[in-house]
Amino acid sequence: MRVSATTQVSAPIERVWSIVTDPARTLSYMSGVTRWEVASDRSVGLGARYRMLLRVGSAEVGGLIEVVEWDQPREFAWTSVTGIDQRGRFRLRPAPGGRTTVELRLAYGVAGSGLAGWLAEQIAAPQVRGHLRRSLMQLRRLVEYEQLRERATARRAAAAG
Amino acid sequence: MTATGIAGTPGRNGHVTFTEGDGSARPRRRSLLPRLLSEIAARAQRRIPRADLDERDPDFIRERLPLMWLFASLWFRGEVRGLGNIPETGPVLLVGNHSGGNMTPDTIVFTLAFNAYFGVERPFYQLAHNLVLSLPLPALAQLRKFGTVAASHENARKALDAGAALLVYPGGDYEVHRPSWERNRVDFGGREGFIRLALEQNVPIVPVVSIGGQETALFLTRGERLARLLALDRMFRLKVLPVSLALPWGINVGDMLGHIPLPAKITIETLPPIDPRSEFGPDPELDEVYDHLMRLMQDTLDALAAERRMPVLG
Repeated sequence: MRVSATTQVSAPIERVWSIVTDPARTLSYMSGVTRWEVASDRSVGLGARYRMLLRVGSAEVGGLIEVVEWDQPREFAWTSVTGIDQRGRFRLRPAPGGRTTVELRLAYGVAGSGLAGWLAEQIAAPQVRGHLRRSLMQLRRLVEYEQLRERATARRAAAAG
Repeated sequence: MTATGIAGTPGRNGHVTFTEGDGSARPRRRSLLPRLLSEIAARAQRRIPRADLDERDPDFIRERLPLMWLFASLWFRGEVRGLGNIPETGPVLLVGNHSGGNMTPDTIVFTLAFNAYFGVERPFYQLAHNLVLSLPLPALAQLRKFGTVAASHENARKALDAGAALLVYPGGDYEVHRPSWERNRVDFGGREGFIRLALEQNVPIVPVVSIGGQETALFLTRGERLARLLALDRMFRLKVLPVSLALPWGINVGDMLGHIPLPAKITIETLPPIDPRSEFGPDPELDEVYDHLMRLMQDTLDALAAERRMPVLG
């Protein structure tokens, strides 16, 4: 099952990229994610591993994931090493007016789980989609407010100086 | 298996003799029914798997997780808190209160949550009543692939020696069949063996408190006198012959065929680990640790009960 969500952020692509790739900030905007820990020597970039968990229904599911695609500042994807099968992707594209289109995708499932697996994927989909949508809304708010605060600080500094 | 603490009446003692081990020393003059029963008991004893840790199959568990997820999420609306309290690695003894008759929803919800949280790669075993594992049902054979092993000190020691997490329900059949009006009571029936196990193996104890299981049917009585009368305690290690009102049977005696549990909301809370030696000194008294644990678990269960507005609905 593959679910996705899209949003537009009023910030340049590099700024959004720096936030979505920073593992220390993931928990601050990802909805339903209860764990996102670095599990490798390198914390960002190709080959970086994280231990993640996402609350779906009565369980927290996830496992060890590894970053397998890294195209700065446009694309970044991971697949699961252990735990449920998953493939996630952040797609960032510049939009007119200095904005950025952000798409977050997640394909998930358990290979070999048959009919019950299919049913579980369908039933979990609205919840997972909701998590992705809320995550992007929170990401947009985080990026835009941070930018506003920085501009305000700069303005105050200029006025004082 | 021992038959201790049973005050048998003279008449009954003459009829039913427990067959030890291979059952070779069999008295001759007995009527058909007791003979049949003790033969079944002996066979059940022989069927109890000894060391079957190897039967746990991570791939099998992984493929069954979606089915368990469906049950746990839709039917029982399961909620498991505090899994982060369980040490990330190494052997640990998870001690839970047990509810729900022979269909124990707390086990399903917790096993799913544990396997999803730590991954099927982490060895995780559950001790189950010998009878559960010796019944000749294909569905029960699958339990062993989940890591369910017969409740014996030997199996428990082996699992902990292998560095696994081990889930035990000391209350067992005694607690699981308590009447529904005692649903919010932790009752291990004074069984302290698990504490001795934790001390011997030097592993932390993690209490796992669950609520809701005893609302999946209307449990009326444990039927301890009935079980004694039928000598089930000596033959099958069953101290109870419970009576309940349950779907689809109506009046359900024994609960041997299981029942359809009502969709009660199951909430489980995992508490921080207890290291008996660091809390109670190098040579702790079993009673002291037991009382402490009971208090802790009962307080948590009281808090969970206070959260609940309605039975079954949660």
